[in-house]
Amino acid sequence: MAKPPTLKFDSLALHAGQKPDPTTGARATPIYQSASFVFRDTDTAVGLFNIERAGHVYSRLSNPTNAVLEERIATLDNGVGAIATASGQAAMHLAIATIVSAGEHIVASRSIYGGTHNLLDYTMRRFGIDTTFVDPRDLDALASAIQPNTRLVFSEVVGNPGMEVLNIPEVAEIAHKAGLPLLVDATFTTPYLCRPIDFGADLVMHSATKFLSGHGVVIGGLLVDGGTFDWQGSGKFPTLSEPYAGFHNLNFAEEFGPAAFITRARKEGLRDFGACMAPNTAFQILQGIETLSLRMQRHIENTEVVVAFLEQQEQVESVNHPMLEAHPDHELAKAILPKGSTAVFSFNIVGGRTAGIKFIENLKLFSHLANVGDAKSLVIHPASTTHHRMDSAALDKAGISEGLIRLSIGLEDAADIVADLKSGLRASQRGL
Amino acid sequence: MYTQVNDQKTFYSNGNGKIIQGQPNVVFIHGAGHDHSVWVMPSRYFARHHYNVFALDLPAHGRSAGTPLKSIDAMADWICAALDVLDVDAAAIVGHSMGSLVALNFSARYASRTRVLALLGTSTPMPVTEVLLNAARDNEHDAFDMANTWSHSPFGEMGGNENPGISMMMSGQRLLERTPEDVYFADLNACNAFADGDRLATQITSESLMFVAAQDKMTAPASALKVAQLIPQCRVIHLNPCGHAMLSEQPNAVLDGLASIV
Repeated sequence: MAKPPTLKFDSLALHAGQKPDPTTGARATPIYQSASFVFRDTDTAVGLFNIERAGHVYSRLSNPTNAVLEERIATLDNGVGAIATASGQAAMHLAIATIVSAGEHIVASRSIYGGTHNLLDYTMRRFGIDTTFVDPRDLDALASAIQPNTRLVFSEVVGNPGMEVLNIPEVAEIAHKAGLPLLVDATFTTPYLCRPIDFGADLVMHSATKFLSGHGVVIGGLLVDGGTFDWQGSGKFPTLSEPYAGFHNLNFAEEFGPAAFITRARKEGLRDFGACMAPNTAFQILQGIETLSLRMQRHIENTEVVVAFLEQQEQVESVNHPMLEAHPDHELAKAILPKGSTAVFSFNIVGGRTAGIKFIENLKLFSHLANVGDAKSLVIHPASTTHHRMDSAALDKAGISEGLIRLSIGLEDAADIVADLKSGLRASQRGL
Repeated sequence: MYTQVNDQKTFYSNGNGKIIQGQPNVVFIHGAGHDHSVWVMPSRYFARHHYNVFALDLPAHGRSAGTPLKSIDAMADWICAALDVLDVDAAAIVGHSMGSLVALNFSARYASRTRVLALLGTSTPMPVTEVLLNAARDNEHDAFDMANTWSHSPFGEMGGNENPGISMMMSGQRLLERTPEDVYFADLNACNAFADGDRLATQITSESLMFVAAQDKMTAPASALKVAQLIPQCRVIHLNPCGHAMLSEQPNAVLDGLASIV
């Protein structure tokens, strides 16, 4: 489905969702650091609670600063609406909680962020929601994993740490044939590199902590509703297509049409779970999004230089990036991610776990930490940090080799990034 | 809620309220390619204020079955048939865009069934540009793109929705994209062919209200004001900034206006 012809991406990244403040004329989005908002009169108050009027009641439900961010990401992702949440994890949980109930089931890619894996494989099971994990490249396995009680198909646009590129159109088709929505995590790609809804996804979530912010100073998440899925027609989503006693028997699909999902998520999920974003955080993320295009271009340019460099190094066993012709999803990446696939990728260092530790500890420009998508270049060696409790066999099962290094390429001068990597690689092999 | 109108399954939203004999009635008529959901906020408001709300889906729109009606006259007659089935004697008749033509037509021809009239985004005639008509006739997606873009003011395109976190542009787009094949063309063609508006406007006897949006590119403010001048008792509310999609661009001002007459 095409987008309405309107302002271009770069303009929308700066302006969408915001007009100069009507009271003060402030050009920047003001931080409305207010827990609640004064009612004009009693009838207006009831009208706001009862979704008769547009406006704000209490900042757990909505906030003017957050609303600008929400409308901006919805616009950039071609969605009907969005909700800002306390973290990417909160956005993921909000999506699940809105449409999946106890006794139901999710089909998810096995190549996903560890935090999401924890949520699906451990925590949600405790609440009666099971997940079957599948290889995101094995579409037959994905289709076969769908059960009568499945309610959601989930994957990342670019897998973590496997770097699998999701065939969004085909996966969406499989999901839709089963009457299910496709939710994708587009954290690594942002709407600058990929608009999953345009390829058939129905829901999109972001950890806004990463590239959308770029500065690494806040934690936040965003959940976007494409407005494309037919909740009523599917017949599998009573939370959206049947009266909800928790809101005076409101039928969301009936009354809100394309905005049914995002309205229920706000009126139930934000209201009851309360994982809202702080307005100051929304402001910080908006500052990041204003320069998203420029930053993502530079991230990708620098990544291309680094990947080409690593490919030539004798201390490097292999580089795993979709831009490389040898990557199994290279052609798919060109179609889905024509501006570049991601600035987060991995490579295998010669010498395994010991070399990995030496490499990390000899880097000067890269920051060794558990994050990606910062303006600064970041690195982590899973075998010695996030997955240090695992032995070789367990690591292998998780698709992580002992020498696997994950890089998040930042905005520094590419020559400086390469020089730092060169120094680290040299040091990694000493004494082996 | 479902009922049968002319032997066709017909949907109407009652705004999450109750239909009780003796309460005042209000009928909402949507525009081309739209459905009852555009009226969600006023429907809920009037339902809470003890009105019988009937936000109808015209045939082949939203959740109503059937084939699209070919003319504004036919749509007004269908509204009359629906009110008969729903046991509604007289009602506040509220219409947007194509629905405003239906409301105007209905109110002129069925004066005794019209308690008050509210028109949003209207003009008589309501010519539709050939490029849009042709795209709709060929069921091209461009028709939705054009109509949706022209339905929004520059403010609406940029965003800053009073309704938190909702994109006005994309909401309009997705709603149009749900329209079954050939329905949008039938609607636009009916608008384009409607030629009797000026005469009918002079025959309206009920108290009337016209909403005029300053940046309305689909029904220009000057055209709307001309209709208002033809209606004997017509008050005007100016919305600025606002485009043709006034229910999404100025939901609170529209609600306040409707509350002043309905």
